[in-house]
Amino acid sequence: MSDVGRLDPPPMQHALEDFLRALRAHEIAISPAEAMDAHRAAAQVGFTDRILLRDALCVTLAKSAGDVGRFEACFDTFFARSTGGRGASPREGAELSSAGVFDLEASLEAGDAAALAEEMEAAAARVGASDIRLASQRSLMTRRLLDDMGLRTLDSRIAADRAAEDAVARARAERLAQRREELFDEAGAFVARQARLFAGESGRRMREQILGRQRLTALEPEDVAAMSALVRRMARRLATKYARTRRRARKGRLDLRRTLRRGLAHGGIPFEILWKSRKIEKPKITVLCDVSRSVASAAQFLLLFLHSLNEAVESLDAYAFSDHAVCVNDLLNDESVDDATALILDRVGFRSTDYGRALADVMAQNSAHGGRARLDRRTTVIILGDGRANHAEPRLDLMRAMSQRARAVIWLNPEPATFWGQGDSKMDAYARFCTVAKTCNCLDDLERIIADVLRTYVKP
Amino acid sequence: MTKASASVEGLIAGLADVGYIASRRIATALYMALHLQKPILVEGSAGVGKTELAVCAAALLGLPLIRLQCYEGLDESKALYEWKYGKQLLYTQVLKDHMGRGLAEAPDMESAMAALHGAGDLFFSEPFLEARPLLAALRAPGGAVLLIDEIDKSDEAFEAFLLETLSAYQVSIPEIGVIKAIIPPVVFLTSNNVRDLGDALKRRCLHLHIPLPDQALEERIVAARVPGVEAALRAQLVAFVQAVRGMDLRKLPSISETVDWARALILLHARALEPQVVRETLNVLLKFEADIAAVEPRIGELISGRP
Repeated sequence: MSDVGRLDPPPMQHALEDFLRALRAHEIAISPAEAMDAHRAAAQVGFTDRILLRDALCVTLAKSAGDVGRFEACFDTFFARSTGGRGASPREGAELSSAGVFDLEASLEAGDAAALAEEMEAAAARVGASDIRLASQRSLMTRRLLDDMGLRTLDSRIAADRAAEDAVARARAERLAQRREELFDEAGAFVARQARLFAGESGRRMREQILGRQRLTALEPEDVAAMSALVRRMARRLATKYARTRRRARKGRLDLRRTLRRGLAHGGIPFEILWKSRKIEKPKITVLCDVSRSVASAAQFLLLFLHSLNEAVESLDAYAFSDHAVCVNDLLNDESVDDATALILDRVGFRSTDYGRALADVMAQNSAHGGRARLDRRTTVIILGDGRANHAEPRLDLMRAMSQRARAVIWLNPEPATFWGQGDSKMDAYARFCTVAKTCNCLDDLERIIADVLRTYVKP
Repeated sequence: MTKASASVEGLIAGLADVGYIASRRIATALYMALHLQKPILVEGSAGVGKTELAVCAAALLGLPLIRLQCYEGLDESKALYEWKYGKQLLYTQVLKDHMGRGLAEAPDMESAMAALHGAGDLFFSEPFLEARPLLAALRAPGGAVLLIDEIDKSDEAFEAFLLETLSAYQVSIPEIGVIKAIIPPVVFLTSNNVRDLGDALKRRCLHLHIPLPDQALEERIVAARVPGVEAALRAQLVAFVQAVRGMDLRKLPSISETVDWARALILLHARALEPQVVRETLNVLLKFEADIAAVEPRIGELISGRP
């Protein structure tokens, strides 16, 4: 360790900084304090033992099991490149650059791989190859890199040699052209690695931002996988936030009256402290999710969301409906996401909607006698649907009964408010009985509104 | 610091001596913790040896182990310190008698008050402090290993309260002031991921995730923990457990279950894995009825290792 540390600490420290930047691009959050920890860890173990360095940095920087996987991938990619150039003959490279002349032509002809790699790193630093943000910038960056290494001079030299009468010069030109091709490949691979290290994640993040604003009803099939991941993360985030508010409400306060009374036994000195504990009403959520034909493409995301939420929220009562409503608690509890979604859609999905019948089913299951009577003053009802009743009886009386029994009724409609009441939409009528009725047609909306709902209506 | 902690290899060997077979990453984490004086946050599913690591590290370093089990509702009076109320009460009684005699001779109120202020106030002082695990670890004269078990079960408020102890190795007691550690303890926190821990806490810790071990490592662990088991049976039973882990079960068997199972097989004098013996002892390995039902019909193929 001392050897390397003494000879060239600045390059290694610089490499470590670059590495931290690459890690940040891979969604591993590293604060300045953690960066300092990383330097201390590296100083402790040195740079000679690669595995030791990797493990030491890993325990310092990766903060979750997911981070560990990303860290290892990033470490391997990042330090893969250092083996050729720096590892092979660092002294020689340093001499070249200190002399100030790197001759691309001479190096190519001599086949000096170490010097070429060294120069490529240097050129990369000069043109800012690690600032690459999108994979599509790769060819531009490769070109800049090669230009910086002196490609133009080489090109004109080859062209001149080819045109020469001299057979030796022509042969030389062919040889150089061959090596130039190899250099292209190498530079391409180098930049691709840079892109993987520094650009891969920022591109993905951008895509996710766009997806978050995408209308749920107009999704491309290839976005489905990315969207599923997004929905799951969102539900997780909401659940964490929601659990926190509930826990805070559980804290007690000093119960002065009982403390003083208990203190009488000790001569009036209150040395046993008693705490008031606030009685918590366990909040309950009942979700009615429309999975009919009109909202078919959004349905599987809503179900996915329901499944994720079910894992986190304790007392969730979930119904899926189209022409009738079924309770899907058991499916959400017992089946995996994909199975549950498939089974639910199989049972009630893709038919035409009958809101009246669906409301009747839900109310019947919640009736005081026989049913489970989950719907009461502590329940928040969330309805996800377009409110298009297909000219069937909308059963507004049931809607009224529901809004009277529940703490709040929240309706999230994928259609904009101007469409409510148009055609077969009974949304304007339903909206009267809702505490909140809002348009919600993309994931960002859904997250924001549900968060509001949890904060405002579900807080004990 | 002992000789073993001078290198990662030394720690691996040292931990093996006290019965803990550590992977390189585990030993590196411990090495970093000792040299950078940072707590280690150990994560992993139940039974992979998170708590055991702290116990064995304490044995290796020759330090006392102080353990704090977290649960919902744990607060500082149980984790950090508590006043000895009874003794404080007696103290005030004694003080009253004592002062009464002294004050009786005072000619007027003012001099009585002066005499009262002159007397040393010991009501809030260290002798009346009942040290709970955190404070005990800070005040241990030769250093200590502090194990904060299942930190994810505690409240978020408690987690925030731990930050001072973990980063500065000190605690603030409002009535007394700051108490600093004599020798910073080696701190282990374990988590089962019941809830996500705060970033502030994670930042202050080294992070170690212990995965389920591979065949070779698990065989060595079984050999260390259950010396009586023969090599052939050991390889066979570990291979069986590894195969079971490939199935889609509610609770995958972890190392502690493998070790328990090995012990059970020895008690039954099993020399090789027979379907009959496996069926009878499956409840040692699997903790849910549904899991047992899923594995039972496939015992034959799991033993032979062929699908």
